[in-house]
Amino acid sequence: MTSSLLFNITTLLYLASMLAFFAAIVNRTKPFFGTAGSYIAFGGLLLQTVAIGLRWKESYLLGIGHAPLSNLYESVVFFSWTIVLIYGILDLKYRYRVIGAFVMPFALLGMAWAQLGMKSGIEPLVPALQSNWLLYHVITCFLGYAAFAVACGISIMYLIREKHDKVAQANEQSIVATFPPSRVLDDLNYKSIMIGFPLLTLGIVTGAAWANYAWGTYWSWDPKETWSLIVWFIYAAFLHARITRGWAGRRAAWLSIIGFAATIFCYLGVNLLLSGLHSYGG
Amino acid sequence: MTSSKKSIPQSIWDFFCSLKLTMFTLITLAVLSIVGTVIPQGTPPPEYLHSISQNKLKLYKGLGFFDMYHSWWFILLLSLLSLNLLACSVKRLPGIWRTITRPVRVMDDSLETTLPNLTSIITSGDAVTLRDRVAAVMKAEFAEPVITEADGTYHLFAQKTPWSRLAVYAVHLSVLVIFIGAIIGSLFGYKGFVNIPEGESVGKVMSRSEKEIDLGFAVHLEKFSVSHYPNGAPKEFKSILTVLENGKPVAGYDRVPVIVNDPLSYKGITFYQSSYGKLGEHEFTISDSDGSNSQPLIVKSGGSTKLPDGSGLCLQETTPDISRFQTGLSGPAAQVEVHLANGENKTFVVYSNNPAMNRMNLPYTGGKLLQYRGGEEFMYTGLQVAKDPGVWVVWVGCILMVVGIYVAFFMAHRRIWVRVESGTVTIGGNSSKNQGGFQLFMEQLVTKLKKQLPLEDNK
Ligand code: HEM
Repeated sequence: MTSSLLFNITTLLYLASMLAFFAAIVNRTKPFFGTAGSYIAFGGLLLQTVAIGLRWKESYLLGIGHAPLSNLYESVVFFSWTIVLIYGILDLKYRYRVIGAFVMPFALLGMAWAQLGMKSGIEPLVPALQSNWLLYHVITCFLGYAAFAVACGISIMYLIREKHDKVAQANEQSIVATFPPSRVLDDLNYKSIMIGFPLLTLGIVTGAAWANYAWGTYWSWDPKETWSLIVWFIYAAFLHARITRGWAGRRAAWLSIIGFAATIFCYLGVNLLLSGLHSYGG
Repeated sequence: MTSSKKSIPQSIWDFFCSLKLTMFTLITLAVLSIVGTVIPQGTPPPEYLHSISQNKLKLYKGLGFFDMYHSWWFILLLSLLSLNLLACSVKRLPGIWRTITRPVRVMDDSLETTLPNLTSIITSGDAVTLRDRVAAVMKAEFAEPVITEADGTYHLFAQKTPWSRLAVYAVHLSVLVIFIGAIIGSLFGYKGFVNIPEGESVGKVMSRSEKEIDLGFAVHLEKFSVSHYPNGAPKEFKSILTVLENGKPVAGYDRVPVIVNDPLSYKGITFYQSSYGKLGEHEFTISDSDGSNSQPLIVKSGGSTKLPDGSGLCLQETTPDISRFQTGLSGPAAQVEVHLANGENKTFVVYSNNPAMNRMNLPYTGGKLLQYRGGEEFMYTGLQVAKDPGVWVVWVGCILMVVGIYVAFFMAHRRIWVRVESGTVTIGGNSSKNQGGFQLFMEQLVTKLKKQLPLEDNK
């Protein structure tokens, strides 16, 4: 059994989970689909956890042992894993299953891209990444990113639901009626960002600590650093937006979507379009 | 305020306290920061400068876009954020402090109307018994209540984690602490660079602003080495360093291996493995094709020189023994690149023991005979040097921020008031966070209370 095979099965499970959630939205009378969607997602998460562990072990068997967080392929796989993990936490805590329909596509997209479009070979770690800080930094950053991905999915749902609520009260048969009420979505958006913001903060702090340890500067305005700060500013604005009235709901949902767009740029755009120290993705 | 019209100082104060300013500053900072990730910072590479027009270049220079994170307007925005933070905290902190240190212990009518979960329980029994029962339940389920008596009515008050209200202010303070740390670092620290050849010592480094800085001690490079993975990718760059005080090794700092991600620190100054290279001098001779009129030609490792006919020569690589690369040959050899007059570049090897083979290069060297005599070569290490006395302040700020955010988000100040009269128990409470969860808790608490009270009319 190789990690690569397990990652392929994981990808299929995430696809199945997403389809089940879509079915749950269409068939609002059958709660079975939503439950199935969640359980398949959890199954995929478990399998992916094993696969990541296995890949870690495989790197040691190759004599170049290191945590599987060292290149773009490994980071995209890990990103998918964290998205499903954060979704799982919200699902267990708040039990609004159908948000899976707007969250699992992100996880699936990541896995499909990694499995179909990227080289997956295990490579030795370049000297710049040979540090335990890599582990702390990458794990905290990606957990934060994942929470923002979930918040973005929920915000899209919010915007659809809110628009629907405005137009039609009578048309209760519509698909959108299975969505949680907009008040709940707004709250879940906030809750996901409440998970993501401390993690991103910790991610930036561990990154700074590592940079200081390895290069003697905790902050050098490298594009990746700057973008992570931009993302941080946006979500700090989001949190304050909730305190001033009038910035909850729609505007908060848009801020959350813009925040996630900036997050994705910070993660991928910087590597693909700008130059700097984090040549990581390449 | 008595008058409805605001005075000017008051409006200025309100401006600095407002959350709208916070939103504005945070979003503006986010948007403007993008500029510096698109336009190269520091000394932009010449290719970039050629790619933009003169007008644009002037504009960018004028706006400070090439060092934008230190430009006046960026600093102004950060100052605005700091002032905003400070003003907002000064305005709100006293009230919060009062809430924490002098809690309202009696639920009066005006408080009562603000509580979302007010419940009245009709019961029998005298006030004293009821009071003791309620107090016992509160102590077991929540926290020990403080009891106040007024006109035969008992007021019970209990609260949990009131200090969690301070967390937001700790977060805001932490931003200022980090700024202070950064300012200390930029005033009293420096970033520099130094190259040390193998076997040599240095006592001075060059700062980024091109100032020479005396370390007060010396650093000696014993040896530098590079190791590779089987596939040829670099695995480790290692400098063996010794710190010298008055020319003598310092105990504990003798032959310390320094690699990427594992620096050496001494007296607050840290040395980081950053680059490396070769240093050395090589001797060539250039003569007429028959060997007469021989003249020496000295070239540095990786350096270049001019040949008599004016074409340039770059020394690319040398070896003390060519037999490792070309069987059948021996002795030192050098690989050079010559830029010919016709614009062509020609790369070839110059030997020391094979004049016959050197003769084949005559067409590229203007008909003169170039021979390699050998040279001495050794490694040097490039170290980044940093001193930052503000870094500890920054870490304290970071820890304060992370802990503060955690407490601000996930801990709540919960308060419960109970009024006990004979025959009625009225209970209400509020929470600074997570009202939904608190509502549930209150419902359970009321259920438990009812079990403990002698109920007359169970409603
Ligand atoms: C980079 C800067 C800042 C960060 C990281 C930050 C962080 C936070 C956080 C995490 C919260 C808690 C939000 C919540 O409970 O959902 C908060 C609340 C708050 N912030 Fe900031 N903040 C910053 C700047 C500011 C500034 C400049 C002001 C100035 C007015 C401000 C005013 C407030 C206020 C009034 C609250 C609400 C406090 C309360 O609930 O009683 N913040 N801030």
